[in-house]
Amino acid sequence: MSAPEYPVIEAHDLVKTYGNGETMVRALSGVSLSVQRGEYLAIMGASGSGKTTLMNILGCLDVQTSGRYLLDGVDVSTLDDRQLARVRNRRIGFVFQTFSLIARTSILSNVELPLAYAGMKAADRRRRARRALVSVGLADRADCEPSQLSGGQQQRVAVARALVTAPALVLADEPTGNLDTRASGDVLEVLDRLNQLGRTIVLITHDQRVAQHAKRLVELVDGRVVSDDAIKPLPREERYYGRHRPVTLRDTEAVSA
Amino acid sequence: MTTIEAIRLALRAVVANKLRSGLTVLGILIGVAAVILLTAVGNGSAKAIQQSIEQLGSDTLTIAADTRAGGPAIQNTSLTIDLVDALNNRDAAPDVKSVAPVVTSAQTVNHEGTDHSVAQFIGTTPAYLSATNDSIARGSSFTADDVTDRRRVVVLGATPATKLFRGVDPVGKQVTVGGTVFTVVGLLSQKGGTGFGDPNDVAIAPITAVQEAVTGFGPLNQILVKAVSGDRVTAAQSQAQSVLKDKLHLPGTGNQPFRVLSQSQLLAARDDTARTFTVLLAAVAALSLLVGGVGITNIMMVTVTERTREIGIRKALGAPKRTLLTQFLTEATVLSLIGGLLGVVAAIVGSQFTILGVDPQIAPGSIALALGVSVAIGLFFGSYPASRAAGLRPIDALRYE
Repeated sequence: MSAPEYPVIEAHDLVKTYGNGETMVRALSGVSLSVQRGEYLAIMGASGSGKTTLMNILGCLDVQTSGRYLLDGVDVSTLDDRQLARVRNRRIGFVFQTFSLIARTSILSNVELPLAYAGMKAADRRRRARRALVSVGLADRADCEPSQLSGGQQQRVAVARALVTAPALVLADEPTGNLDTRASGDVLEVLDRLNQLGRTIVLITHDQRVAQHAKRLVELVDGRVVSDDAIKPLPREERYYGRHRPVTLRDTEAVSA
Repeated sequence: MTTIEAIRLALRAVVANKLRSGLTVLGILIGVAAVILLTAVGNGSAKAIQQSIEQLGSDTLTIAADTRAGGPAIQNTSLTIDLVDALNNRDAAPDVKSVAPVVTSAQTVNHEGTDHSVAQFIGTTPAYLSATNDSIARGSSFTADDVTDRRRVVVLGATPATKLFRGVDPVGKQVTVGGTVFTVVGLLSQKGGTGFGDPNDVAIAPITAVQEAVTGFGPLNQILVKAVSGDRVTAAQSQAQSVLKDKLHLPGTGNQPFRVLSQSQLLAARDDTARTFTVLLAAVAALSLLVGGVGITNIMMVTVTERTREIGIRKALGAPKRTLLTQFLTEATVLSLIGGLLGVVAAIVGSQFTILGVDPQIAPGSIALALGVSVAIGLFFGSYPASRAAGLRPIDALRYE
């Protein structure tokens, strides 16, 4: 598809403003970022730091006000609506904070959906969707509807849907934001495994301990990159596997969720 | 995404909101059923008129005073018995076979305390029955002697016979009309309806008796003329016209104070009325279909708003604009098509009953048309909400809560 020498993401001086005149808000003020194939990147920042705006631009859901963004070596600002839809379909897999499965539609059909939009034949896409479900450990729930699954399971289905088209980039926006400890762990484990298999993953989070799963950490403050480094492990007692609350010691009672 | 998948998806979405979809479908159902049924009624009444043209035969002429024409006011131009005699003159009108004077009015007929208002209480001569192709089902008609002797006898149509006597044989019984007692001597055969008024709601009596006892000796309402044969009607018409002019001392040109119309011309006029009526009904029905269509737009707008987030997700997953457009258009079309199909069923059921005195005749074309129109309505009224859904920016759709 694309020549391997291109980075998956290459952004130069991305600026995004909302509104104009007095009320103009600068969500991004000059973000440059390069992500190579196979990287596992976490983007961190407090709310309002511009991380969701960045994710929307990286995911071709929104267009930057100025700056250049190359996805797989292609300048997406030159693409029209149809081509953008194709790019989202083929090159990007999304995992959203809210589970974003389509209600009253079987898990299998949900996972099949991007393939259906790509125009794949029914038999082929069923086979690929089942394989994707196996990889997130939910093969036995293929015929359930989203409402029959737990939050963590739904989010794993969303991951399966994101990877079913074998995209160059998996974008996960707060994938554990609505999940309890255990479910967060499950989802992050799936993402970790995907990265080990060579997928490029960009994880957006405000949680230091979720970010620990990545290999590289980009911190945003007020729409600017303030640090871009390899992950430094947290002190041991703060190590965290997808939990949002401090780990309870073995001999203390767990706080009810 | 194949068409079958799109339809399955649409069906699932329709079933997901049963009540809402049901009400929307009802709007289309009513519209489609109304269109099919009302055109069927029009069709049925046109057929009935055709039939009565055949029944009446095309050899009858009706002479009626034309109230629209001014005419010289000093002359008395009303239709009288004298004119009947003049028309019976074979020398002046060789193509006229028989002539029947007609006085008619609505009268209340009473039999042993039961009242029935007869729409047409007709005073005439026996020639009337052959001119209108009426026949006697039971008993006998009155005779020329009855007319001369002013005998108070009456022949009842099927409607007053059943209304007044309820299964008892009316022949030989007595009825009261305007305080005068008439003896029933016969019953007319049942006649097919024309859609306007009940042709069986008649009573026929000798003109002399009717004028004496009921209506008074005013002018005639009509004179019925029967031509010797169907192909001599035109000749008989002009002969009758000249006889009348002669008798009434009218100038040769200008508006005539009377009209001579062949039965088929009369029915053609009624046929026109029926057609106008049908078009009017169909227009009202089409309007209700339009209202149903607006209902579809309305419900699709609600659906699109409700599913904005879903649309956002689909867009993020790479759904092309056209696929989303197709999805929502299919949904709208499925809604209206279900309405259309149920409307056809409702119309077929409804057509089994007599409506406004007419047996509705469903034209097969109207079913195909109604289904086609309901698909078109779905496409047309669904297109705005669908294009709104397809045109949403993914980022806006995803942010929508």
